[in-house]
Amino acid sequence: MTVQETGKPEFASIPALLARNAKIHSTSAAYREKEFGIWQSWTWAQAAKEVDALALGLVALGLNRGDHVAILGRNRPYMYWAMVAAQAAGAIPVPLYQDSVGEEIAFVLDHCNARFIIAEDQEQVDKVIDVQDDLKNLHHVIYLDPRGLRKYDHSRLTPFAKAQELGREKQSELASELAARTDELTYDSTCVMLYTSGTTGRPKGVVLSNRNVIETSRNSSEFDDLQAGDEILAYLPMAWVGDFIFSVGQAFWTGFCVNCPENADTLNFDLREIGPTYYFAPPRVFETQLTNVMIRMEDASPFKKWLFKKSMDHAQRVGPDILDRNPVGLLDRIKYFLGDLAIYGPLKNTLGLTRVRVGYTAGEAIGPEIFSFYRSLGINLKQLYGQTEACVFITQQPDGGVSADCVGVPSPGVELDIRENGEVYYRSPGVFVEYYNNPDSTADTKDAEGWVATGDAGYIEEGSGQLRIIDRAKDVGKMASGALFAPKFVENKLKFYPNILEAVLFGAGRETCTAFINIDLSAVGNWAERNNIAYASYQELAGHPQVLATIQEHVDEVNKSVAQDEMLHGCQIHRFLVLHKELDADDGELTRTRKVRRRIVEEKFKDLIDALYDGSPSVSTVTEVAYEDGRKGSISATLEIKDAIVQDTNARIAAE
Amino acid sequence: MKDTIDSYVTADGRTIGGVMMEMKNITLRFGGVVAIKDISFDIREGEIRAIIGPNGAGKSSMLNVISGFYHPQEGEVWFRGERRPTMKPHNVARQGIARTFQNIALFNGMSVLDNVMTGRLTQMKTGIIAQSLWYGRAQKEEFQNREIVEKIIDFLEIQHIRKTPVGRLPYGLKKRVELARALAAEPKLLLLDEPMAGMNVEEKEDMSRFILDANDEFGTTIALIEHDMGVVMDLSDRVVVMDYGKKIGDGTPEEVRNNQAVIDAYLGVAHD
Repeated sequence: MTVQETGKPEFASIPALLARNAKIHSTSAAYREKEFGIWQSWTWAQAAKEVDALALGLVALGLNRGDHVAILGRNRPYMYWAMVAAQAAGAIPVPLYQDSVGEEIAFVLDHCNARFIIAEDQEQVDKVIDVQDDLKNLHHVIYLDPRGLRKYDHSRLTPFAKAQELGREKQSELASELAARTDELTYDSTCVMLYTSGTTGRPKGVVLSNRNVIETSRNSSEFDDLQAGDEILAYLPMAWVGDFIFSVGQAFWTGFCVNCPENADTLNFDLREIGPTYYFAPPRVFETQLTNVMIRMEDASPFKKWLFKKSMDHAQRVGPDILDRNPVGLLDRIKYFLGDLAIYGPLKNTLGLTRVRVGYTAGEAIGPEIFSFYRSLGINLKQLYGQTEACVFITQQPDGGVSADCVGVPSPGVELDIRENGEVYYRSPGVFVEYYNNPDSTADTKDAEGWVATGDAGYIEEGSGQLRIIDRAKDVGKMASGALFAPKFVENKLKFYPNILEAVLFGAGRETCTAFINIDLSAVGNWAERNNIAYASYQELAGHPQVLATIQEHVDEVNKSVAQDEMLHGCQIHRFLVLHKELDADDGELTRTRKVRRRIVEEKFKDLIDALYDGSPSVSTVTEVAYEDGRKGSISATLEIKDAIVQDTNARIAAE
Repeated sequence: MKDTIDSYVTADGRTIGGVMMEMKNITLRFGGVVAIKDISFDIREGEIRAIIGPNGAGKSSMLNVISGFYHPQEGEVWFRGERRPTMKPHNVARQGIARTFQNIALFNGMSVLDNVMTGRLTQMKTGIIAQSLWYGRAQKEEFQNREIVEKIIDFLEIQHIRKTPVGRLPYGLKKRVELARALAAEPKLLLLDEPMAGMNVEEKEDMSRFILDANDEFGTTIALIEHDMGVVMDLSDRVVVMDYGKKIGDGTPEEVRNNQAVIDAYLGVAHD
């Protein structure tokens, strides 16, 4: 970035970058969205006009400097424009998780004192209306899709298109006011406020400045050589920091194109049609994709199955080396080339990953087998490690320096420090300004020198110099015997099996480890169908003796593998049960980013945990569940508790 | 045109206009069996009109009379202020009356998109040769129709199955596709024969929302047969109740609910 003599950067805000892109990339596509079956697109120049009209409209409707503007909806170009328009008008965008229920939204809207809300459709507007009596500061709601909203009271409600129209009408009057507000933005003005998903307790509002976002975007774009002309698919929640950095920060810095899917259900088709070159997905998405591929291969003809297996075995052996440009024999290369023609190429095309030049996964550890499956196909999938408080990037893997266990080297501009208790600390230009209205939490997390605690325990691996994360620092504990207890290590091994969707391990302070397991309905359901096993519900399938036997095999295999680990061999599973319901964010058991809330699960299923430890062969329980429409119900079940085969590790240790 | 003087606004803000369709003293016989006996009722512009009754009451027959599939032996059908002569169903469809069926009647081998496109057939003007050669006016016409169809697909949230053959879809989605095809004809009057039969609670809620939204968004007048009383009472502005081919009640859901004849028909009465 060119820094002028005054020390002020040339482009100190997102609206400033937009103005630049509207000039230098004026005719290249900035946004695409599939609507009515066709990809609609907007160039940077057009996007700038749309943003301008909306920003003027917001000012005309009474938006003030420093107001918070909540953004409530799925990834659509209009929603991104809304964020930039808010910034241009001197306000602060606050994107929210669109699938949050009323009370979660109420908390955030109240906490940030939102004056404007830009909502996608009737569903979101209804949520706001339900809670608006508690929102003293709420001034106006703007909505995008007018369907079903025509008869609503419009005294504080305006359609998106009308707001833009109003802006265009008042252009002559308000243009100078808007320009003044945009010009006031500095590197230290707030760029965006993002709420943490709240794995523990209430969500916190993370304030990120223009410096945080733009510097991080610049550094990370340079790290992977992202260019105008790259394509991404924006499908992860807008409230998540990753989407903001990828689809706004990096997109505006480099001028690449942001593509929005038609809706959540069409994602796979849209992915294939766009063929992104830069792609991010959490491990869960890769897992689901792999599970689907494997399920469909089960139904293939014997010849195809044989060819698939043969090709994949070869790819597993040489694919990653070819990707990393390591020396590979000529014969192997020819075989790989043939495999590419027959299997890898078409498979990548089906998955929509043919053109991926840079692919990332993060958020959770990814199973080594899943990771190497994608890499062996020739997809440059890498891992990164990040946080909202860091504007995503803390560490990331460089091309050619990839492994499944580690999360990479420090990103450009990031310093790492591992403290005595094993907790990872970092400092970077991306480090957040503060938690909004929460100086105590800010002080707890960020010290005076700008070091931030990640809350994760890890160490730097010798040799590669890459960071390896063991688990959340507070989840890492000791068992009664004093052995190290790191639940995620074991859970991840379990979750690699396509039949297992989620696992929760218990054992801190106890003699032995036990586990809850959630089956994966699509994988197990498919298996049941092929084996003529009838079932009426998730619960019935989860309790089926043959399903339990399969899960038991998986657990036994995991125990064998855990027994091999020097530090964590104590975490073998002694007893387990298969849960009668899927852990769900609506019931508070997962966060909106689908991470297990350990404490809540422990509290809620205390009776089950007790049964795991008191030796009883089965346990009866009643669980309260929330349906999607907000009603509550309960399910009762009797769960069988299984004993797993535990490997004897004393013998191994003695032998060493 | 017929009077629009007694148009009124409902509690939820919809405007109900004058009479759109009027059935006058309809009697329908199949040989010696009398399916409908001297029934009269009307359907107003913009309203949601339900026809209810126990099994075999003649509800579907009544819908078939409206859609021109059955021709009553006695009585008159008035549509938009004119008496309708005996007509073939496709001519009735051209007048702006579309329907869905009790037992889904879609083309199983065709994609959702193609099925919905067939809903536009009555609106297409170019001939079969021009359409198969797909040039000039025929091409332009297809583009226009596709645009309308895509808006319906968006409206009913079935984008993800656009290219899926209908035969592979679950029941609830098939019902939705059938509604899409009927809406694609941009009907003035939409006839729904048990749109929620066999659906679970969530599917019923979705379908109710689509029916209300179609009425609201496109101003489509809707006549529906439904057995789920909760749905009928929630959705409809007025209800006709039939039993053994006769009309035994007609009025707002509230009035019908308190009508003794209706209660007797549903719960049964002691015969002395």
